[in-house]
Amino acid sequence: MPSCLVVDDSRVVRKVARRIVEDLGYACEEAEDGQKAYEACTKAMPDAILLDWNMPVMSGIEFLEKLRQMPNGKGPKVIFCTTENDMAHITRAMNAGANEYIMKPFDSEIIESKFSQIGLVTSKSA
Amino acid sequence: MRISDFDLYKDLLKEKSGLTLTPDKSYLLDSRLTPVARKWNCPNLEAMTHILRGMPSSDLVKDVVEAMTTNETSFFRDLKPFDQFRDVILPHMTKSRPSKKLRIWCAACSTGQEPYSLAMLLKENAAKLSGWQFEIIGTDIDTSVIEQAKKGEYSQFEVQRGLPIQMLMKYFEQKADRWALKQDIKSMVQYKHFNLLTPMAMLGKFDVVFCRNVLIYFDRETKETVLKNMSAVLPEDGFVILGGAETVLGITDVLKPMDNTRGIYIKPTCTTIAIPAAPKAAAVKA
Ligand SMILES: C[S@@+](CC[C@H](N)C(=O)[O-])C[C@H]1O[C@@H](n2cnc3c(N)ncnc32)[C@H](O)[C@@H]1O
Repeated sequence: MPSCLVVDDSRVVRKVARRIVEDLGYACEEAEDGQKAYEACTKAMPDAILLDWNMPVMSGIEFLEKLRQMPNGKGPKVIFCTTENDMAHITRAMNAGANEYIMKPFDSEIIESKFSQIGLVTSKSA
Repeated sequence: MRISDFDLYKDLLKEKSGLTLTPDKSYLLDSRLTPVARKWNCPNLEAMTHILRGMPSSDLVKDVVEAMTTNETSFFRDLKPFDQFRDVILPHMTKSRPSKKLRIWCAACSTGQEPYSLAMLLKENAAKLSGWQFEIIGTDIDTSVIEQAKKGEYSQFEVQRGLPIQMLMKYFEQKADRWALKQDIKSMVQYKHFNLLTPMAMLGKFDVVFCRNVLIYFDRETKETVLKNMSAVLPEDGFVILGGAETVLGITDVLKPMDNTRGIYIKPTCTTIAIPAAPKAAAVKA
């Protein structure tokens, strides 16, 4: 089973996201900030990461930059999932190596559509 | 709602837009027409029904018809039709159109996501298509969605359904809490009000017709008429793309499903379109 790490300081958001990614067939791990996410990745590199931007201790963008420096750190597909919804943030995230970007609020349909666009799930065909 | 009132709406909608209203959908009349009644200063739906029985203004009829359309759509909806447009239809056209001109019709385009997705797809493949002229026409019976399509502005929610972030960055500009398509994409699509039940010849010929998720609302006869008229505006090697729940099978033989594809229909007499190889069994990923 592929794995997904959900990184968000809100327990509620993590819970909602967990339900959605589990429905998509992923085993889900959670982390409440970038530092915890980094530690999780040193233990086991996930296939996908759903990443908030603003978090205490270490922000999502800082985590992403560190992740991409790690051996195997290019592996996971990273989807930002944040209330930051302006072009400047999106551009910065993509330049730092994000694969997709979700602007909160999100729903299961948006997550599924983004997962399928970057090849994390086979898209439902017409 | 009284049966006679239900029948009034059923007949009106069938005649004006082709919509087939079944009794199990009668709740839609209440939820969608009550706001129209309010707009026309009717105390309730019954009062509006009364006016409709008499000599209603064409504006009222138009409001009723438009309120009953379902405008659900999204960018790159179902994805597969767009992949096939790029991988099957475009290669045929680039081989068989020395004029380097292509006319594409989105026959029930709602708020514009479908024609704009095609425009972006063509832009993404511009390197392979240099010298080509594309005309994309989006039409719909509902004037309010046509106005929105022309504007080319979408909510944050709408731009996240089906649209890859790279395309949002390339082709959109942020305008307060909306996302506006840039002029170069907008200018690739022309919009017109058009009812599929009316003669199509005035629109001219089309190489490719997207007619997705609208026939499902019509009865068999209406589907047949629309498909027949549509095949008459196609050249011998034209393509029609229908929605995932739609087919020509059992309705008409002026078009047939194209082998080894999904949702693409061509003329049964056409011999010049190369049929793609049967898809290989999908490789199983470890
Ligand atoms: C569900 S939307 C489909 C939009 C788009 N083609 C897609 O697949 O996402 C159906 C559209 O058909 C339009 N429609 C319904 N009856 C029509 C008619 N008789 N002529 C033209 N358009 C019609 C509606 O106004 C609505 O916008």
